[in-house]
Amino acid sequence: MRNVFLFIRRHFNFLFFLVLQIVSLSFLFRYNKFHEAAFMNVSTELTGRINEKYNGIEYYFQLKRTNESLVKENIRLRQLLKENYEAPDSNRRLVMDTIRVDSARSILKYNYLEAKVVGNTTALQFNYLTIHRGFAQQVRPNMGVVGPQGIVGTVVNVSENYATVMSLLHRQYKVVVKLKNGAERGAIEWDGLSPLFVTLKDIPKSAKVAKGDTVLTSQTSSLFPANIMVGTVYDIVPDNASNFYTLKVRPATNFFNIEYVYVIDNMQFEEQKRIEDSTRKKVQ
Amino acid sequence: MSELLKNTIRFILFILVQVFILFKMPPLHRFITPYLYYLFILWLPFSLSRAGLTVVGFIFGLSLDYFSKTPGLHAAACTLIAYVRPFVIGLLISQEGADKNYISPSIVSMGWAPYATYVIVLTFLHHTWLVLLEWMSFGSFLYFLGKVIASTAVSLLLVLLTELLFFRKQKFRTNTI
Repeated sequence: MRNVFLFIRRHFNFLFFLVLQIVSLSFLFRYNKFHEAAFMNVSTELTGRINEKYNGIEYYFQLKRTNESLVKENIRLRQLLKENYEAPDSNRRLVMDTIRVDSARSILKYNYLEAKVVGNTTALQFNYLTIHRGFAQQVRPNMGVVGPQGIVGTVVNVSENYATVMSLLHRQYKVVVKLKNGAERGAIEWDGLSPLFVTLKDIPKSAKVAKGDTVLTSQTSSLFPANIMVGTVYDIVPDNASNFYTLKVRPATNFFNIEYVYVIDNMQFEEQKRIEDSTRKKVQ
Repeated sequence: MSELLKNTIRFILFILVQVFILFKMPPLHRFITPYLYYLFILWLPFSLSRAGLTVVGFIFGLSLDYFSKTPGLHAAACTLIAYVRPFVIGLLISQEGADKNYISPSIVSMGWAPYATYVIVLTFLHHTWLVLLEWMSFGSFLYFLGKVIASTAVSLLLVLLTELLFFRKQKFRTNTI
């Protein structure tokens, strides 16, 4: 026993160093797997506040571009208003059923919550955004996040007033998307090479793909409503050995100057998840 | 200004510079991530005990981690260089007792060549451990090597600029032993 104590005393520094290394590695691997780490909630609140202070200054430099992108989005949405569509009178004119609108509350699936981006990185391998909207403002983990131009990521961590969003530019991010022409589904990932491009995989070679094709969200992802812009096909990476395409996609969202995002609350997510989980249990 | 206050201010400044300037810059190349923050550990005073250094390194790395949302990544690398630092200093210090006569490692206290070696060795160690952890699950050895070398080169350039811009005058202290 005495020798044990002597050993610890003699190699105290080295053992101490080992302990700290193990602690940090366990933090790292735990976070990469489950997105939880000690003090993460407290620290998100604190770093969020500092990020917000910084954003208060940086925001002015982006005002013009932010305004532009919001105006563009407004125009796009305005064009969808039903007053803009008027068919010439005929006896088969389509009439909007107004009763449906009243009862629409119960069938509303997606609810949009606006949020300001206060922190954002693009230069790392694991990029996250911090948004100024948290648990107290109805944000929960696993909600999709879209920007004015296209999808941005998924909420992974929520504190009282802030939330962190795993960006599309994250090595572990994966989302199901589809091609606009043909609706073949595939998965978007990031290979960590350039923040300007992401990779679209698992599209079968039977699909017709051309450069410039639009990529949209698929309703099977359940985090995002269908048909939200993801990006456009920039290049088709030649790969003759595989039955699937590897496509280089340019994301629609500009991650360098994003200021506002919308968190998407899928109100029917719980129900869908419950039935999927119970099915999985039954099969096993 | 007392050493403790000075180092506390440095702690905050280095974290802020790393998070809000170097991490915000649009990446130059996929191999390059500019790191400067670890210079804080290289500038810590000689008088800190080994265990103390390791703890400071761990806390410093972890606070950067909470900003970049990678808990443990920078903490592991910082703990490593903070632990190795005394050995490297012990090997490189040229004059007898320089670590007693001066407060912290610098060009003045150690001399150009030993200080440069000290910075290069620890920078390389820090980047190797950091990139290794980052790329553990992603493979590609060439990528790992390229990123370590390119990031080390850029970091060394940044360190050089910082040393020239913020030249630390160091008084020779006698009768302190």
